[in-house]
Amino acid sequence: MPHIELEAHLPGITGLLEYRKDTGEPIRVLTQIILRGPSTLTEAERELLATVVSHGNECRFCTTAHAATVDLLLGESETSERVKADIATAPVSEKMKALLTIAALTGKSGRLVTPEVIAKAKAEGATDLEIHDTVLIAALFSLYNRYVDGMATAMPEDNSYFNVLADRLVNHGYSRLPQGYDHLKKQNAKP
Amino acid sequence: MPHINLPQEFPGIRSLFMFRPETAAPLNALVQTMLHNPHPTLSAGERELIATYVSRLNVCKYCCNIHGAIAQHHLDNNAELVRQVLANPETAPISDKLKALLKIAAKVQSGGKKVTEGDVAFARAEGATDIEIHDTVLIAAAFCMYNRYVDGLATWQPDDAALYDKMGEQRAREGYLTAPFKVNRTEEVSSGG
Repeated sequence: MPHIELEAHLPGITGLLEYRKDTGEPIRVLTQIILRGPSTLTEAERELLATVVSHGNECRFCTTAHAATVDLLLGESETSERVKADIATAPVSEKMKALLTIAALTGKSGRLVTPEVIAKAKAEGATDLEIHDTVLIAALFSLYNRYVDGMATAMPEDNSYFNVLADRLVNHGYSRLPQGYDHLKKQNAKP
Repeated sequence: MPHINLPQEFPGIRSLFMFRPETAAPLNALVQTMLHNPHPTLSAGERELIATYVSRLNVCKYCCNIHGAIAQHHLDNNAELVRQVLANPETAPISDKLKALLKIAAKVQSGGKKVTEGDVAFARAEGATDIEIHDTVLIAAAFCMYNRYVDGLATWQPDDAALYDKMGEQRAREGYLTAPFKVNRTEEVSSGG
């Protein structure tokens, strides 16, 4: 049960962003820019960075949501599964392996990011902006993971919730829905 | 040396804000709303103390020094109070409610799942409201982001106490949305050794 009263039909992060919309808004705007704005990294690559950090922080809600988003973008689930299991042998580019390593380290502590892992990423072709965005994505998900778990938010009752969520994150992005989230009340109600 | 090519005239997160203004805008809007804008019950000084304490636990020199300075300027320029909270919140001359909130903040810093129902019940018994508990968790989580951003890119983090005091005074007065002043880095580097 969440530590404070949140809307029951909004598990995970959504109930928190709706609880205090004035802090929710800049968090949403930041996420939309960094995960959906113009970038030399694909949306799937950026979602993989979010997934690896959430997985490292053992945040079930965020890991499931962003892995589902990667899977929908790529049309397969092998990549997200293998990145979670072992970055070194995952089916991604050498540049992505270096960026995923930087993200995983940042998720633990910014102080763990060494000149060596940065040099490796640059040698594989990563630009300053890609390195910047990787660290910021990892830092942002360190916020999300602690926010979601620190408030003890609920997991959805049904795992199909994540399919609906991934569809929204792929086709709409991170901005607040103009009509709000009341329509989820029916969809999410117990049969 | 920073991991990427950052503007030299600004320390810490300010160099990152200059590097990528698009993401700077929501990052500044968030900290302004959490720490500076009016709050129903928590003073700006109390909220800055939470941010400072979490930054200390994350060993982020820049964030700890700048938010400590901002807290001090919100709290009648009481540097000793900031020092006492950082040394040990339990024995610092602050309210029992703020002590309970700082305990929750420390749990969030070490991992969201560490916050127990008991921690929250204890804070409530000291008078903490839902919004205070929410904002404490969010501030602590947000500083786990800001600290990682600042340290993960190895930004320039000066050792000059007078510089943090000057920047802290500006932020306490103006909030987070105004332009920062440039820092003469050559001077800082040569005098700081």
